[in-house]
Parts: sequence; C-alpha cells; structure tokens
Amino acid sequence: MVHQDVKYLKFKTYLNTYCPHCKNTFNWERKEEKYLVFKAKYKGELIDLKLSPYLDVFEVVSSKPIAEGDILDDLICPRCKKSLIVDNIKCAECGSAAAEMIITAFSKLIPFFICMKCGCPWHGLTKADENKIKLKIPRQEMPEQDQKLRVTNYQEVPYGYTSELAELEAGRCLQCKEPKCVDGCPVNINIPEFIRLTSEGKYDEAVKKIKERNILPAICGRVCPQESQCEAKCILGLRDRPVAIGNLERFLADYERRMELVKIPEIKKRINKRIAVVGSGPAGLTVAADLQQLGYSVTIFEALHEPGGVLVYGIPEFRLPKAIVHAEIDYLKQLGVKIELNCVVGKTVTVQELRENFDAVFIGVGAGLPVFMNIEGENLGNIFSANEYLTRMNLMKAYRFPEYDTPKPRGNKVVVIGGGNVAMDSARTAIRTGASEVTIVYRRSRAELPARIEEVRHAEEEGIKFMLLTNPVKYIGNDQMMVKGMECIRMKLGEPDSSGRRRPIPIEGSNFVIDCDLVVVAIGTTSNPLIFQNFPELKRNKWGYIEVNPETNETSVENVYAGGDIVTGSATVIQAMGAGRIAANAIHKKLSGEDKSIQNEINNEVEKVSEPITVNNDTNKS
Amino acid sequence: MFQIVRKQEMAKGSIIRFDIHAPKIAQKAKAGQFVILRVNEFGERIPMTIADKDAFSGTITIIFQVVGKTTALMRSLKEGELIRDVVGPLGKPAEVSKIGTVIMVGGGTGIAILHHVAKAFKEADNFVIGIIGAREKDLIILEREMQSICDELVVTTDDGSWGVRGFVTQPLEKYLEERYDIKLVYAIGPIVMMKNVCKLTKKYNIPTMVSLNPIMIDGTGMCGGCRVTIGNEIKFCCVDGPDFNGHEVDFDELEKRNSLYLKEEKDSLLYSIR
Repeated sequence: MVHQDVKYLKFKTYLNTYCPHCKNTFNWERKEEKYLVFKAKYKGELIDLKLSPYLDVFEVVSSKPIAEGDILDDLICPRCKKSLIVDNIKCAECGSAAAEMIITAFSKLIPFFICMKCGCPWHGLTKADENKIKLKIPRQEMPEQDQKLRVTNYQEVPYGYTSELAELEAGRCLQCKEPKCVDGCPVNINIPEFIRLTSEGKYDEAVKKIKERNILPAICGRVCPQESQCEAKCILGLRDRPVAIGNLERFLADYERRMELVKIPEIKKRINKRIAVVGSGPAGLTVAADLQQLGYSVTIFEALHEPGGVLVYGIPEFRLPKAIVHAEIDYLKQLGVKIELNCVVGKTVTVQELRENFDAVFIGVGAGLPVFMNIEGENLGNIFSANEYLTRMNLMKAYRFPEYDTPKPRGNKVVVIGGGNVAMDSARTAIRTGASEVTIVYRRSRAELPARIEEVRHAEEEGIKFMLLTNPVKYIGNDQMMVKGMECIRMKLGEPDSSGRRRPIPIEGSNFVIDCDLVVVAIGTTSNPLIFQNFPELKRNKWGYIEVNPETNETSVENVYAGGDIVTGSATVIQAMGAGRIAANAIHKKLSGEDKSIQNEINNEVEKVSEPITVNNDTNKS
Repeated sequence: MFQIVRKQEMAKGSIIRFDIHAPKIAQKAKAGQFVILRVNEFGERIPMTIADKDAFSGTITIIFQVVGKTTALMRSLKEGELIRDVVGPLGKPAEVSKIGTVIMVGGGTGIAILHHVAKAFKEADNFVIGIIGAREKDLIILEREMQSICDELVVTTDDGSWGVRGFVTQPLEKYLEERYDIKLVYAIGPIVMMKNVCKLTKKYNIPTMVSLNPIMIDGTGMCGGCRVTIGNEIKFCCVDGPDFNGHEVDFDELEKRNSLYLKEEKDSLLYSIR
C-alpha cells in the first residue's frame, strides 16, 4: 500500500544517511529501484519503509493500513537494530519524539533530526532543542579545487556551496534576537533574515534581502574579510566556529546570477539632477547604484579601459572571476548608469569642469600609487610593484600571453615582499605562471600577517614558502641589470607600536642573501596625486588622503564628496562600499532637501515595482 | 572607440602618422604630453607622445615607428578604422616660457614629438634653433614643418645622404661653442642620442630637457613600471614626466629597463604572423 500523502512520511532525504550508533549506511536495495530501507515500529509491529532519495517520500510496505496523521512508534536501524529515537528532543508542536540520523555532505558527518510526526527538520522543535541540534552541526567548508591542479590554472579555487551545503550551513544560525553580526557589517546587511530565508530554501528572497543593503554580493561574498567583520561577531564563534556568512552570501549571489533571476528595478521617479562619480571601484559603484535607483542620472568616469577599479586590475581571476565583476557592472548599466571609460579626471577633464556640469561629485579613486622601499637596486629589471605585476596579469590578461599582447613577467625563483592580501595574490599568481619556487618575505611574524587567514592557507597549500621576520636590505643585479639576488636581514619583534602590532627591529649582522630572478614589492599603496594637480583647494591630510566630514563624507569643497581608500588609505572592498553608502545618503539629503534614508526609499520603490511584476508572472502562468 | 581620420606613411612606410579623432584629448593636450592607446581587446597599452593636435577638428596626431607587434598591427589599420582605447592627455606638459634662444635636438621618430614642443617654444616667442637627424635621408621626417617653425635648422644623417654627415651632436657642439645666449637645449630621440647630447651640454653647463619613453601600463602613476632614476630620486615618468632634466637622468638604467621584454616582443610578433 502506498501512502504518499501521509504528512509524517515526507521529509527531505539525502543520498547518504547513516545510523548514529553503528555509523553504517542504511541499506540500499538496488534490486529494482534505488531505495533506502528502514525498519519502523508501527502499533507494535515492524514494518518496512522504503525511502527514495529522489522523491522525498516513503513507500510503506506494511500489512496494516497506516492512517493519515498517525505516528510511528520507533525508527530502527536495519543493521544494528538500535532505535534512532532520541529521548531528550521533542517536537514543540505535537510533543512527539524526534529521530536522529546522520547525513553526509562532502564526506562530513552531520547530525540530522526529524520529528516523527510532522517529519520536517527543525520545524516543530522547541527553540532550545533546535539550538541544541544546531550546535552539533560543524561549519561547512566549501569544496575546493585540488591543490595540485589549481596551481596549473587560473580558475577559482573554491567551487562554492551546493544548495545542500548552503541549507545545512544556514541551519546553524541561531537567529539571535539581537544579532551582533549586523553591527559587524559595514553596510549593515540583515544577516539573520537572509540566512533564515536560505535555510528555508527561499534563495530568491534571501538574495533580495542582501541586495537591499549591498549591490555587490557576489564580490563581497568572495573578497570581504568576514572573519574580522560579521563573522567575528557571531555568537557561535564563542564555542565553535561562526556561521559562514560570506560563503552563504556568495552562494546566494551565484545562484541568482546562474539562474538569471536578476531583475532590473524600474525607476519610477526621475530627478533632474546629475551626479559625477570619479572611479569605478567598489565605492563609486555603490554611490552610482544608490543614486541611480533613486532617479538621479549618474555618470561614472574611469581612467582605465575597463570599469571595476581594483576588482579588475588588482584581485586575480582565481579569487574573483572577472565575469562576475562584468555581470555586476552590466547590472548598473541596465539601471541607466553611464560609464565613461578612458577618462582621467584631473587630465582629460578636471574636477572644476565636473562641478560646473554636475550637481554633485563623488571622488572614489582609491589609493593607487605603489610604495617602494627605496633601497639599493630597486630599479633593476624584473622588480615589480604588486600593482604592476597584478595589473599586467589581471587587467591586461598577460597570463594568456601571447594570445593577449601584454608580456607575462617571467621568473623561476620569485620573491614577494609583504604580508597582506595583495602579497598573497601576487605569490599565488606567480606560482601559476610556472615559477618553481615562490617565497613570501615578511618583516613581522606569522601572527601579524595582515592577509586573510583563508588566503594564507591557500597560499601555503599551493606550496608558497614563508620567510618571516625577514626584511630586504638591497637587491643584487647581474651584468644585464636584472635582479639575481636579494640581501636580507633577520628581524625580531620589539614593543607594540601605535598600530598595536609589535615593531620589527633588525638584528645587526644577521644579513644573508637569497637567490631570486623576479621580485614583487607588495608593501602597500598611497594616494595618487594626479586628481589633485589641478585642484589645490581640496583639503588633504598629512598622508595625502582627502579630509572629509565623517557624517556625510563631504570634502572641504561644497558638493564634492569622497570615500574609499582615497580617504582611509588601503582598506577593504566593503569598507569602501560603506563609505559610498554614507556619501550617497548625504548627497540625496542635500540635493532633495529630504531627511530620509536612501535605503528606505529604495526599498519602498522596489516593493512598489515588484508587485505588478509578480502579478504579471502569475497571469502568464495561468 | 576612436577613429583614425587620416593615415600617412612616412620614411618608406617604416614611420606612420595617424590623426585620431579624440576631441576631449585634443582640447586639453599640450606639447610634451602623451596618450596611452590600446588597439583592440587583446592589445597592450602603449604610450604615444602627442605629436600635434587640432582642437578645432578634435584630432590628435601620433607618429610612430614600426618596431614590434603593436606598432605592426597599427600599421595595418586603414583610414577610417577604429582604435579601441585612447586615454590622455597624460604626463606634465613641457614647461614653455619666453627665455630667449633654445636649441631643439631631435632624432628619428623623436622629431615628431620635438616639433610639437618646438612649435610651443616658437609661439612663446623664443629664438628656436633646430637640429634633426636620422640614419639616412628617407628617415628624416617633418623636415618641412620644422623648417617653418625654427629660425635656423640643421639636418644631419649618419651616412651623409642628406644634410650634414654625422650625428646631431656635431652641429650642437658647434652652436654651443659659437653662441653664448643659449638658455636651453631640448633633446628628444633615441636614448643613446639623448645621453650624448646631455654629456655635451653638461660640459657647457646648459640646462637640458629630455623626454623619456619607458615601459608603461596605465600611465596614471598606478603601476610604477615607468620608474626612472632622476638625480638620486626615483620618479614615475608618467606623472612626474615625461620631460626631465637630462643631466640627472640615469640613461643606462632606462635602456636596460626598456629591453626587459625583447624576447616576448619577438614571441608575440611570431605568434601574430603565424
């Protein structure tokens, strides 16, 4: 007898389900079809439950008819004959017992509970029980490309979550009443809400929730340092590892893009004001998207031949595929944002001209000037700034030389100086060019490495060596004036300096020479004076960064705003987006005279717009 | 996209002149500044000094010698075809003011840039002496234009097929010996020529400006690939230059840095031929 409609018999199944006692997979009977066979007790009698992994339903093989709403007395492992019922976990709705099984997701065992009556996981469990279960689930790692394989290509290293892993990971979130993660996010995404929607499988709504605050989730999910922002605040992190918020964000954004669910909101109200945005990096893109959605007409000015700023010239393909950046920029273009490429503000047009032609100007040019150490031999051949090395490889696609014309710097023994994300990017790019040995030279110890933990781990997995507490003193060249070696000095850590990190002090007489034929200097960047050459009235601080009012991000010049690295010095993508958001709010407030947050308005707009769309869809379907 | 409105072959096809429609750049460009262009999606970014401009018709002129893959590709472009990206004007313009007598020394394709600077000096009411040179008669470009700009003009060729036989340094030395009113020498051309001119003017203690052409990518100070040693300081040619005090430039370093990709240049050219 087949009871497909019995409520308790329906629940989500997984390909591999284990017994928590004997850790054996439940029987697969491969006679006719693929079924998983359980033993269950029903009214004192043992019956067979055939579970199809594809249909999510049991077929009950029983002499007795099972009535709708009936409860199974017990669920028994067919191997060890032990009961799967857990005493201390009860359904909050009906009070009936829950059964524990273990499922696998990418060779990881995860406890999985089902209410014996309603069948679905989590629902109907008390909050305390639910949390008890959630705490048992380990943090889900993204499946990654094989270590040996990945150094031979430029494809992304993590593959991203599957929907199965994403729902599992989302299920770990405790849904705190006062979520700390939201405070940790520079653009205050409603994190618990989007995670809840994910755990329910409503990916479409979840990604909409993120996009209310963040227009670039696919990018932020990949390059944000979540471990020091939202995930650092996660309460789960106190006893276990925090919820993988970034991985979930990435999964949702990828899902939306791959399924082509991206909708362009219709802009209802047109405001007859023009905004100029200088620089198309993360700060500029945020300002442009926010204001364009409100009805302003925004023009972005970009000096290079491709929009995206650091997202296209700095971050390598294997960490952030350029197709993703292009998709996000296409979205802005479809919103109506105009992008003027090959336009250097300060040269092709001046800020004064922009001020005359636009109602407000936002400067988000980043901190693009590479810093060198000013040591002997730094101008030898094959010594690059990280900016040059990465720009060649990423923006100019030298890694595909000679298909692309820009030559690929060649080196067999590569040394990268610095310990930040840019240093990791350079080193990992170098190993992909076929270098036999890549070494990172950093003057402090491992604990002070400013790069993301994940990046350091990836670098080590790929065989990159770390030479810590070491600093270069001079470069040695051959007769062709190409670098052939580097003299270094050992360092020790002294007292903490103003940044809180322990200051490195050179150890006298500990000099030694290492061989190398390509050096990448990745010790930071500073502000590029280009835009200021014809704009002296703009107030700047002693490091050359623009001074702004932190409330509004307005500069000393009226209606000129700034944000991102050009204000703060080198920082993160999401911080730049946060700064852009503040400026966009202030610009809107000033130009419209309304004291309303942009987000509220945009959300209202989006809701108003999305309603008729759904109606249309329904009529189409019917 | 930027259209090539006029193409002209000079020096038996080894030097090409393009007039490119780029009204914004044409409006702003000053003598000594350069543009960066990228021919197509697969192309590299290469710096080209602006040889002339016409703000009225919105064109800029570039003149280049065919040496590698990209310049060979550019030669194959016809009038009316498009260039994907042109960005500029970049770099600091030449500092032009009325100072008296100046000597403009140009060699090879450097004459193209020189003539733009010379024009600016003439317009600033200076007495301009021109010395231009090349390997042979056919490689001398813009002689007529220089003739109309300069108050005096000397042409040299290495093999004596036109003008004076020898290098540009010979007439220059003569001028430096004979005239005491020379306030400035401007030298633009191959690195070895600029180096020798600077050696000479140093002896006579005459201020000398040179225009450098290192390898560049972005041209906005971002990559640092174009760093040159001026005095004891490292400068970025794209934002601090391209014109520098010639007596302080480390020419040997520049020469070596410019030959970094010779092998790749060859590979790239082979690849495109195949």
